[in-house]
Amino acid sequence: MKQAVVTLRCAAIALLAFLAGGCDRLVVLNPKGPIADAERGLLIDAFTVMMLVVVPIIIMVFWFAWRYRRRGNARYEPTWAYSAKVDAVVWLIPALIVIAVAVLLWRSTHKLDPYREIASNDPPLDVQVVAQDWKWLFIYPEQGVASVNQLAIPAGRPISLRITSDTVMNSFYVPALAGQIYAMAGMQTRLQILADKPGKFVGRNTQYSGGGFSDQFFEVVAMSPADFDAWVAKARQAPAKLDPPTYAKLAERSRLNPIVQFSAIEPKLFDSIIDKYTGGHQAHGQTPTAPARR
Amino acid sequence: MFGRLTIEALPLYSAIAASGAAMVVGGALLVAIIITWLKGWMYLWKEWLTSVDHKRIGAMYIILALIMLLRGFVDAIMMRAQQAMALNNGGYLPPEHFDQIFSSHGTIMIFFMAMPFMTGLLNIAVPLQIGTRDVAFPFLNSLSLWLAASGAGLVMVSLVIGKFSTAGWTGYPPFSGIQYSPGVGVDYWIWAALISGVGSTLSGINFIVTIIKRRAPGMTLMRMTPFVWTALCTSVLMAFAFPALTVACGLLALDRLLGMHFFTNELGGNMMNYVNLFWIWGHPEVYILILPAFGVFSEVVATFSRKRLFGYESLVYATAAIALLSFTVWLHHFFTMGSSANVNAFFGITTMVIAVPTGVKVFNWLLTMYRGRITFHPSMLWTVGFIATFVIGGMTGVLLAVPPVDFLMHNTTFLVAHFHNMIIPGVLFGYLAGYMYWFPKAFGFKMNEPWGTAAFWFWIVGFYLAFMPLYVLGLMGMPRRMEQYNDPSWQPWLVAASMGAVLIMIGIACLIMQVVVSIRDRKRNADVTGDPYDGRTLEWATSSPPPVYNFAVLPEVRDREPLLDMKERGVTYAPPSAYQDIEIPKNSPVGVIMGGLSFVFGFAMVWWIWWLAILCGLAMWAAMIWRSSDDETDYVLVAEEVERLEKARYRALEAAKAARS
Repeated sequence: MKQAVVTLRCAAIALLAFLAGGCDRLVVLNPKGPIADAERGLLIDAFTVMMLVVVPIIIMVFWFAWRYRRRGNARYEPTWAYSAKVDAVVWLIPALIVIAVAVLLWRSTHKLDPYREIASNDPPLDVQVVAQDWKWLFIYPEQGVASVNQLAIPAGRPISLRITSDTVMNSFYVPALAGQIYAMAGMQTRLQILADKPGKFVGRNTQYSGGGFSDQFFEVVAMSPADFDAWVAKARQAPAKLDPPTYAKLAERSRLNPIVQFSAIEPKLFDSIIDKYTGGHQAHGQTPTAPARR
Repeated sequence: MFGRLTIEALPLYSAIAASGAAMVVGGALLVAIIITWLKGWMYLWKEWLTSVDHKRIGAMYIILALIMLLRGFVDAIMMRAQQAMALNNGGYLPPEHFDQIFSSHGTIMIFFMAMPFMTGLLNIAVPLQIGTRDVAFPFLNSLSLWLAASGAGLVMVSLVIGKFSTAGWTGYPPFSGIQYSPGVGVDYWIWAALISGVGSTLSGINFIVTIIKRRAPGMTLMRMTPFVWTALCTSVLMAFAFPALTVACGLLALDRLLGMHFFTNELGGNMMNYVNLFWIWGHPEVYILILPAFGVFSEVVATFSRKRLFGYESLVYATAAIALLSFTVWLHHFFTMGSSANVNAFFGITTMVIAVPTGVKVFNWLLTMYRGRITFHPSMLWTVGFIATFVIGGMTGVLLAVPPVDFLMHNTTFLVAHFHNMIIPGVLFGYLAGYMYWFPKAFGFKMNEPWGTAAFWFWIVGFYLAFMPLYVLGLMGMPRRMEQYNDPSWQPWLVAASMGAVLIMIGIACLIMQVVVSIRDRKRNADVTGDPYDGRTLEWATSSPPPVYNFAVLPEVRDREPLLDMKERGVTYAPPSAYQDIEIPKNSPVGVIMGGLSFVFGFAMVWWIWWLAILCGLAMWAAMIWRSSDDETDYVLVAEEVERLEKARYRALEAAKAARS
């Protein structure tokens, strides 16, 4: 049995690797960071276990349909309708598979909780994310800069994202680095990402949000720490500052916003965007300053 | 006077929208002209529209479902065509139009195709299978039908007057709130869902009472057919789940109409409450749709394997377990909303637990085929195609039940592929199998098999071609509902998917041809015996179509397969010693009138024509009072008349037997 699982898992990985190798556009199967990699591993494991029951069923249905066809000469037992042994087996097999996947599920859901920060020697870089119609604003509170439609991050360092929306519900998704999480006005959600190596990845909103939804993508640029410092330094030289009037203008509906950097931000800008909808009362105890659950 | 309704509401803003409107109006006019030409209005009114007979109501539900299937499919193929074209360009549909189309596609397919189709099958088969003369509340049944038709009418009218919602079939706020969707679209969606939802709640109650109270003597619960069991579980789910939808839509309507803030961004409103309420209905809804399809598969597989159903009791317990568990999994529709790992893991595990009873059912069907004598009637083809395809959808469903995997795949076309992989083979194939299986019972002649077989092959090949590419696109990170895109590697897969839609279109054409050819050959394929498949259950014990009273004498049930048991005892067509008077509910125009009023009421609410809404509300109330105080709702079919009808049937049976030998 164990042998069979191992063989099947190898086969599944080979098949998916073939697909992924043949087409490196299958982002989900070509993760570029540990979170997405763990999530992909889980996808493959669950897929493998499921194959144990899916493949036999598909074979059985065609085999039985052919073997017991009316013109065939196979055995015919019109009254055979129950067998306690068979009944026990058909309940047990799915139950065992579900127990196996359930254990996997419980552990992995806790391990990959998007609120749980990535263990690392480097302190995480905090980035605040605001969904707007139809673009994404990234605020770097420590660096005092902000960026529209471009998330620049240092490779190899965990990034801790706090996400909200200044419009309808959005969903923040960078498939190469991690799964998605919703962005909702008046609330913040969290996500942890880490890029193994420098590179460029696509991020999108996946929750339909109106006419400009299709154009609401952004780029994630992972760079070496030195390049990241240079990026921040350059952003600090940017002519535009994110003061309240500029923010109000930015939050208006627009499509295909060019990438822009802001050299200065209002202090507590992210909190004030959330407070706008709650009158200062945070919903659900998720105060922006609350410590991350560990 | 006309609220916010002005001449601007006509869809003259785009040629495509205008031609869609013209097709709706033209189609309605054409049907009206044909009916007038056939001088059919009086017949239609007396025999069908006002009918409270469950067999006719069932047929009307299915006609409604098939019409809406066409509309929903036109939406589907338009989306596939748009996405096949729209690489770095706007395709042929502007975002605003595309967004209406994906919203109406989902709304129509769930509320106005699947729901009426399911309710229609229940209506046709349940009373016959439990050996009764009608449902418990025949008038309520008629009212449910016309409320469903009224909701469907509102969605169709939105093509001609105004626009439909762009908020998707789930209508998530705050997007669906008045601030972000100020037009009439969301209102059309709300009132269509509300009105038809009330009809579904009433249907659920009606069938619970029918199945509990109206079974033939000897028909214990554990002798009911698997279809009746699934119908019972589905009805319980309808009665308990639909009120949640009604509340969610009602509160959303209050937000929009009276400026309340249940689900808005501001003033303490919270969209998460809506999302929870919606899926507390929405997940049981999936099982409301699929359980009766499972029931059909159970009937079909036993009949066409010419064998008793394997593991009946297991199957019954599995059905009940699925019904119960279906209320414990709704959160898996939004693992990505930021719940804690404990909450997500809990709902992930409950979701997977449902896979156990579902797996049991699949094995039961397989073991029914095992050592059977299988004939490939189209209904059996749908069943075999279903089993092979459904396990793939079930597998991807278990993947999505793992929260971290769901984070990766949620809202992508992988999710779209998954639920179509459940709903097309699981629900639609089941309904089409049931439709072809019970058609002779409802209309007295068999359906053409070659066209049915052709439809099956085009549907299943088309299904694979249309949806397997969407799994791949999901792995490429493509979100659902994109009007255009900039990633050239997506296009080949989208083109393939659109080819799949074309094959399905041919499959639908085959379904239409099947009806046409079957009607043409109805004399040749007449079902004289009422038992075209050498069946095992009670619906095949009466004539096709059954007389208005279904059974002249209520059958005495001694076995789980009552008709087979009668055949074995040689008492199948034995005439009774005496006939008795039978009370039969009179037809009533109140159901169709109230349906019409609810349509006008919904329309008035959409357009803020308050006086008309109040007027319709009062008129509905008055009609209800009038109907409630009517004490003469039944008439008596005297014993002599029953005897005359039954003797005619026996003569026809004798003649058929003589002709055969």
